[in-house]
Amino acid sequence: MDEVFRALADHSRRQLLDRLHARNGQTLSELCDGLAMTRQAVTKHLGILEDANLVATLKRGREKLHYLNPVPIHEIGERWIRKFERSRLDALSDMKRALEDRDE
Amino acid sequence: MSKSEFVYVTYIRTTADKLWQALTSPEFTKQYWFGVESRSTFTKGAHWELVAPDGRVFDKGEIVESDPPRRLVINWRHQLVDEMRAEGPSRCSFDLEPQGETVKLTIVHGIDVAESKLVKGVSNGWPHILASLKSLLETGKALDRTDKLPG
Repeated sequence: MDEVFRALADHSRRQLLDRLHARNGQTLSELCDGLAMTRQAVTKHLGILEDANLVATLKRGREKLHYLNPVPIHEIGERWIRKFERSRLDALSDMKRALEDRDE
Repeated sequence: MSKSEFVYVTYIRTTADKLWQALTSPEFTKQYWFGVESRSTFTKGAHWELVAPDGRVFDKGEIVESDPPRRLVINWRHQLVDEMRAEGPSRCSFDLEPQGETVKLTIVHGIDVAESKLVKGVSNGWPHILASLKSLLETGKALDRTDKLPG
């Protein structure tokens, strides 16, 4: 999971993920289009995203297409967000119970 | 290439044989796939269906390719929701590649419909199903809330 957080801790890489979220299955050239990054920089960032399993690639004929892989982000959600949300909701319901008890 | 396509990749500490069994046996699928049973003989051309605990058939189709324990392709047609059923057949492939102590599982689900509701609907479910499958194979326990349908 360290790799996923490291990969996400960069604006350019998050921008690439956003572009794939908007349109999945793009070639390197399509991803470079309109970005203020060199092709070399995009290649490097895609490599880091791929190592973290945030981007998956498929070969279609001679083209290599890049896809957003939502699985690691889902795992972060389960491990680092849902868990804390749940305890906060539990805390709220405990507080509600405590306050209501006092009213009686 | 399909007009709507999603790719899911996960690495699971298991063997290709066990993963294949988990994907193709109803006893297994109902533990991690919101209680549904994936039913088929999983041979090429065989009928396939995804059946909910209450007996409703969510999706059905045929096995297009079967190469145990490496590759499975299903011609997948949704049944319940009219606008998804109207989109016609989608295609879902499962590729299993052993890599060291893990197996890389790649699922590609696509359809020749732009902005597909089916593929979008399915895309909300796959990451959680895969997380639960991984947990089941690695720890013997599926995740909470994946043994029955949500809600």
